[in-house]
Amino acid sequence: MLHERIPNLAKFVEPDRVRREVYTDAAIFEMEMERIHERVWIYCGHETQVPKAGDYYTTQIGRQPMLMVRGKDGKVNVLYNRCPHRGSMMCGDRSGNAGEFFRCSYHSWTFHHDGKLRAIPMMESGYAGTRWTRDNPDCNMKRAARVENYRGFVFASLAADGPGLLEFLGRSKIAFDDICDRSPEGEVEVVPNCFRMIQHSNWKIFLENQLDALHPSVTHQSTGRAARDVELEIEKRTGKIPLSYHMLSAFSTVTIEKWDNFQTLNYPYGHCILTGYMGLRPKDPDTLEYERVLAKAYGEKRKEEILTTNIHHVLIYPGLSVQSPLQQLRAVRPLGVNRTLTEIWHFRLKGAPEPIYRRALAYYNLVNSPSTMINADDLENFWKAHQGLSSDGGDWVSFHRHYGRDAEKDGMVETAPNCGTSEAPMRNQMKAWTQYMAAGK
Amino acid sequence: MAKRTPKKTGAAKQPVRAAKRAHNGHDTQHAVEQFLYRQAELLDEKRWQDYIDLFAEDGMYWMPPEPSHATWDGMPAIFAEDKNLMTVRMKRVLHPDAWSQRPLWGTNHVVGNVVVERESPNGDVVARSRFHMMELRRDDVRHFAGLYIHHLKKTKDGYRIKLQRVDMTNAQAAYDYVLQVWV
Repeated sequence: MLHERIPNLAKFVEPDRVRREVYTDAAIFEMEMERIHERVWIYCGHETQVPKAGDYYTTQIGRQPMLMVRGKDGKVNVLYNRCPHRGSMMCGDRSGNAGEFFRCSYHSWTFHHDGKLRAIPMMESGYAGTRWTRDNPDCNMKRAARVENYRGFVFASLAADGPGLLEFLGRSKIAFDDICDRSPEGEVEVVPNCFRMIQHSNWKIFLENQLDALHPSVTHQSTGRAARDVELEIEKRTGKIPLSYHMLSAFSTVTIEKWDNFQTLNYPYGHCILTGYMGLRPKDPDTLEYERVLAKAYGEKRKEEILTTNIHHVLIYPGLSVQSPLQQLRAVRPLGVNRTLTEIWHFRLKGAPEPIYRRALAYYNLVNSPSTMINADDLENFWKAHQGLSSDGGDWVSFHRHYGRDAEKDGMVETAPNCGTSEAPMRNQMKAWTQYMAAGK
Repeated sequence: MAKRTPKKTGAAKQPVRAAKRAHNGHDTQHAVEQFLYRQAELLDEKRWQDYIDLFAEDGMYWMPPEPSHATWDGMPAIFAEDKNLMTVRMKRVLHPDAWSQRPLWGTNHVVGNVVVERESPNGDVVARSRFHMMELRRDDVRHFAGLYIHHLKKTKDGYRIKLQRVDMTNAQAAYDYVLQVWV
């Protein structure tokens, strides 16, 4: 039924424009969940969220409630959060420790941390002669078809086939290399706090905004100017500007024209990188001390390579936005065609001096907390975008900016010089979307 | 209601502490309550500068993400703002292009259960209270409620806030939209 209403998806996407129904049609949303989110690699969480055996964290893949759980063997498993008996959710809390095994609160079926059945009350007397036997795989909690861990970042795919995680990530894996390599020990650990925010808009609107270099100086000008005013006053009083103010004031000091100097790199599967602008390498004593620690761990040459990695944002389609130089990420969980949840986490670089963490923390608190002065205006725009797209006032969304000027090389699309505000990332995401949707279930 | 002037409490001139507390406690209770009501009113009336002026020069507005946090220093926080950052927030919401501020938006605070936890000989006070804030934005209503802990410094112009800690009961719940100003 559902699929008959959408006879030819190819009609919905052209290289430079997209039909509005792609954002607002509930049937298309269900197909996206089936064909994209519940097939591809989705970020579940960081392994340090579940340090001890039995620790679990709930997460979501497409429409599926999942559990990320640490087994006694140290392995991180990803299971459907569901008891195979009568379908009850196994863990009702967002996180916790399951103890020796999972125990369903309804009829006390118990399961090992890898999902295998442990015991059923009256297994012998109650089930003898039925087809519900211990060797029946339906008796286990269902596992995600594939789970892979790259440098501590755990991904799962609900489809048994498809590219492996590293093939899927391709060059976007630099998000995790960059964040980990910035630690002298090559590892990060999560700070156990997750901010969660709901936006009343389709999930793609959020992703498209992540590398939209035109929007910051428009959307965030009020915050940028307010921060600029105050930082100038502070400078007058103390002679110094705290770096945290720069994180906000950059939205007014970096003008639209300057944004065109940046660049986006667009990769297969919809992943994109926005090159950096944050000026995070000042010459203050804290940064110099950090550079000394890094040089000791890696040598001078490698240290330079690490610190000159030119990244502001890495978008891993269809559900993760990583800001590796600021040690944070946002995972996107679609709740419905017009509702999207973001989970926001940040990390400590193991072995790095405390002030480097403080820098990431300032950004996390100022830009990514629920009191954010940045996303306040983003979310307003996303809502308006979704409302407008729900109307019959027009059929198409335009992605024409700098169209035709993209340079294709080495399997990726690079925006031409001085085309940083190109809508190439949106075109690239929709290209991946079309391929996924055409491939079917 | 007429505002009472809190009694002068020079630290050295307190001969009988218990008696003083019994007597002065009533005035303090009243003065703290009036202060908290006034503060809530300033928020609801969007008198942002007057609100910021209630803070001492080194005052902090702090909303931890969970009650176990003992400091904002080096910790994730929903708010951890000194007067400078509060001024950024105020200037943002007053800017004509703060898009999210355009629609109809307002709040209503109710503060109660005020308990004066501690009063120092110099008149500084630690008080806890419960708040409930209803917010309207366009057609959407949200509720935020929780515990305030105020560390108040006594000055000749009345109390000034050294620290306002806000432990919101729904701090860990998913936020449907953001918090644009102080709760």
